Amino acid sequence: MSSRRRFLTAGAAALTGCQNEEPSTSGAHMRAYGERSPHEKPVRVIRELTASKGTGSSRTPLHEIYGIITPSALHYERHHSGVPDIDPAQHTLLIHGLVEKPLVFSVDAIRARPAVSRVYFLECSGNSVGDNRGAPFPDVQGSMGLLSCSEWTGASLRSLLEEAGLKPGAKWVIAEGADNGRMARSIPLEKCLEDTLVVYGQNGEALRPEQGYPLRLIVPGWEGNINVKWLHRLHVAAEPAMSVKETAFYTELMPDGKAQMFTYVMEARSVITRPSGGMKLPVGGGIHEVTGLAWTGKGSIRRVEVSTDGGKTYHDAELQQPVLPQALVRFRYRWQWDGQEAVLQSRCTDETGYLQPTHAEYAAVRGLNSGYHYNAIKPWFVRADGSVKHV
Amino acid sequence: MYSLMLLGALWAQPAGRPATAEEIRARDITVFPNGAGLPAGGGDAVKGAKIYESRCALCHNKRGEGKAGEYPALVGGRGTLATKAPKKTVGSYWPYATTLWDYINRAMPFHQPRMLPPNDVYSVTAYILFLNGIVAETEPMNERTLPAVRMPNRDGFIPDARPDVKARR
Ligand code: HEC
Repeated sequence: MSSRRRFLTAGAAALTGCQNEEPSTSGAHMRAYGERSPHEKPVRVIRELTASKGTGSSRTPLHEIYGIITPSALHYERHHSGVPDIDPAQHTLLIHGLVEKPLVFSVDAIRARPAVSRVYFLECSGNSVGDNRGAPFPDVQGSMGLLSCSEWTGASLRSLLEEAGLKPGAKWVIAEGADNGRMARSIPLEKCLEDTLVVYGQNGEALRPEQGYPLRLIVPGWEGNINVKWLHRLHVAAEPAMSVKETAFYTELMPDGKAQMFTYVMEARSVITRPSGGMKLPVGGGIHEVTGLAWTGKGSIRRVEVSTDGGKTYHDAELQQPVLPQALVRFRYRWQWDGQEAVLQSRCTDETGYLQPTHAEYAAVRGLNSGYHYNAIKPWFVRADGSVKHV
Repeated sequence: MYSLMLLGALWAQPAGRPATAEEIRARDITVFPNGAGLPAGGGDAVKGAKIYESRCALCHNKRGEGKAGEYPALVGGRGTLATKAPKKTVGSYWPYATTLWDYINRAMPFHQPRMLPPNDVYSVTAYILFLNGIVAETEPMNERTLPAVRMPNRDGFIPDARPDVKARR
């Protein structure tokens, strides 16, 4: 008997007070809150970015995810001052500034409003700084793991702003979190009225603390940082605040030394997650399913193509239905590998007709130091020995 | 029928309650580039040096050099933005001095944010601007002078030009 099993049996006997029960052979007992099988090991990879903990990121193991939904426990993280421990009974959301009636909402008040549930991806705009510079991580988790997708549930921000009543001249909403560093971003009012949500639910349960419990913004299709977590204040204003995260960070340095500002939307991107860097295929070729993810901040993905010869020829991949706007899209392609060297890559097109660029096309305009919003085609090199490497 | 009416009545009510002026004052820390939101007060780099030494130098090093791989530098990098190895700092990159005041006030020192009184925030802001050669050591920084400081990279930003990258089939 394994020690874990002995423990479970002993625990159950102690609970029921029945010391004479035979060891059960009918399987484990039920658990009030489930866990995955102990045989399943996918985890996030954590990387601190300064010597003060809580300023780094954790990356989703994209190569080990099925379908389009990221389990909440594997959703990527990017924090600038740690994860606060918030009591929802004490937490409130204040709306003030250019409004007729400044309002305070309790978390329960937000939960009581007519609810909206939507599946949306989130991607940190700094997801692939290394790829941009030409020094990528060897695997898809390191290279692109600041990407996840959940079903989010909450209230429309528009309904909250309308309740407060917008004053003439209102053009921006500055959203602030209750984290230690009170991280804040300015959002154009238009987007707040269009489709932005104040959410409390993620994949059917409350937000995880690392995802902003008890309230966060979801700004569909826009860079991760603007989806402010632990939301506690919305400041309606005529001008942007020019906060540190919209000036010093999350602005893109062009080759001429100028930087693009207020670059919110995540443009169309795709990546093959299997086979991908670090994996090994059986030598000698055979039939393989090439699968991956595509997404765009501008509506829906229309088409994903896969190339096995480094982009010389492309073939349409099958898209898992339903294809949802501003959500991850799962694509699959049946590949007959001849056992020779191959270069696998995908490219996608969104509903605006935008085609995902190559690295050369990207770098010709944005250079190698823009850092944020890198979205070029990602090739994987398959050797004849079956090993898969980044190019 | 009764429960339906009750539900209707609840939904018709505004779910938010009015915020008091005191609640707004306690939470509102936004500072805008035009100086709106800055409290009355002031300081200078001479005073700021002492505050910096006791509250900031531990992480950002003696004169804002930072510590490679551990803590960001607060100085340097002028003239590097268009090179292969750009160095973005307050001095080389940040477009507004008010952003520095706002960030220190809300987020620094890292483990005890919002512990510095406004005059100390003015002084330590002045000190970092002085280290970058942007203001003089004794120049007073207050709610009128700070927004008027012209940062070296003030004109370094351009609007989003998407879709700026064009791919060919
Ligand atoms: C315990 C270490 C620590 C102390 C003490 C500290 N800081 Fe920081 N500081 C940090 C970290 C960590 C960051 C980066 C935060 C992030 O990643 O968003 C930072 C970032 C900054 C930045 C932004 C730099 C940039 O360009 O990104 C400024 C400005 C700053 N600190 C000023 C101060 C001032 C002023 C003080 C003293 C009042 C101070 N800090 C004290 C750790 C510290």
